[in-house]
Amino acid sequence: MNINMTLIGQTIAFAIFVWFCIKYVWPPISTALHERQKKIADGLDAASRASRDLELAQEQAAQTLRESKEQASQILDQANKRSSQMIEEAREQARAEGERLVAGARAEINQEINRAKEELRAQVASLAIVGAERVLEASIDEKAHRKLLDKLAAEL
Amino acid sequence: MAADNEISAIYYIQHHLQNLTFGRHPENGWSLASTSAEATEMGFWAIHLDTMGWSIAMGVLFLGLFHKAGRMATTGVPGGLQNAVEMVIEFIENLTRSTFHGKNPHIAPIALTLFVWILLMNTLKILPVDYFPELFGRLGLEYMKIVPTTDVNATLGMALGVFFLIVFYSIKVKGAGGFAKELSLTPFNHWLLIPFNLILEIVGLIVKPISLALRLFGNMFAGEVIFILIALLPFWAIWVLDVPWAIFHILVVSLQAFIFTTLSIVYLSAAHEHH
Repeated sequence: MNINMTLIGQTIAFAIFVWFCIKYVWPPISTALHERQKKIADGLDAASRASRDLELAQEQAAQTLRESKEQASQILDQANKRSSQMIEEAREQARAEGERLVAGARAEINQEINRAKEELRAQVASLAIVGAERVLEASIDEKAHRKLLDKLAAEL
Repeated sequence: MAADNEISAIYYIQHHLQNLTFGRHPENGWSLASTSAEATEMGFWAIHLDTMGWSIAMGVLFLGLFHKAGRMATTGVPGGLQNAVEMVIEFIENLTRSTFHGKNPHIAPIALTLFVWILLMNTLKILPVDYFPELFGRLGLEYMKIVPTTDVNATLGMALGVFFLIVFYSIKVKGAGGFAKELSLTPFNHWLLIPFNLILEIVGLIVKPISLALRLFGNMFAGEVIFILIALLPFWAIWVLDVPWAIFHILVVSLQAFIFTTLSIVYLSAAHEHH
């Protein structure tokens, strides 16, 4: 247990080892370590960002889906309304047409009636004269009575 | 017979605690010491070849392994060696960050060197005490003490290195004047008390490396003595005590390396602080 030059030798060895460690051993390992740390941190960051993006995209997709559903129902509603409207219109048209036809027919019928009436009126006079001739068996001044009877027929 | 045994036991212990010393003997000139007495007579101008050899071997092993890991270091998925090395580096980095309050990128590598080197040197103690003395004895070397940290020269040498670093960083950070002022004007800031302060601070400064060295040396040396004593028991009793003691020493080995490192960082941290 003598103190001797070993002391100095050991100090020198220590100095050399420390120098070597500072110069050649520590930097590459420490650098690699910190770079990996950074890489992992970046990766974790990216992952969390991606999951956030995914969440956002999902939300967006849901939103779009909701909107399109709404739109579809709107369109359907519109179509329904339009079709009922069209049916209504067609019905209206049909009724108007029918009414027009009925009115036309009625007018024709009236015309017929009038014509028949005219004819009847025209014939009533002759019939009456014939009837009167028969009844009276006498000759009557046809001209004078005719006027009278025409007047009578016109009053019908 | 009992006395005989006693003598051989004392011889055995002394033999195991004697370093392989090379130096200038007053009578034999430069030579290997063949007895403990000769080694003592050599005085200061002698060197423990075993301590130097084993400590340098451990240092080279440490630097070689770590350098290899550093050369192959990738930022991708690390391999086995890189993983282990990075674990140690991270441990030291955290230790430095929590203990050292300053900005000096060299403190962590210094701590790494101290920790791994001392750990490796201490770990040599787990090897059976007789293997290497016996092996080197066959090779013609009388003494072989393989655990450098059981040699006070080795621990004091490292502590001296730390001491120089403390002084160096004190002067670098505070300037020579600032360091002198710190030594002379603390803890009592009055010119009359300068001598008193100087004595106090210089003692405090010198005690740091000595406490570092003696703590490590004391623990390792005591452990080694116990291992040697256990080795003196009958062969069937050795393992009963040796195994628990060795397991316990796994703790002591790493704990002492850790304490030496941590205290060195604390001292260096104090050297960086302004008062």
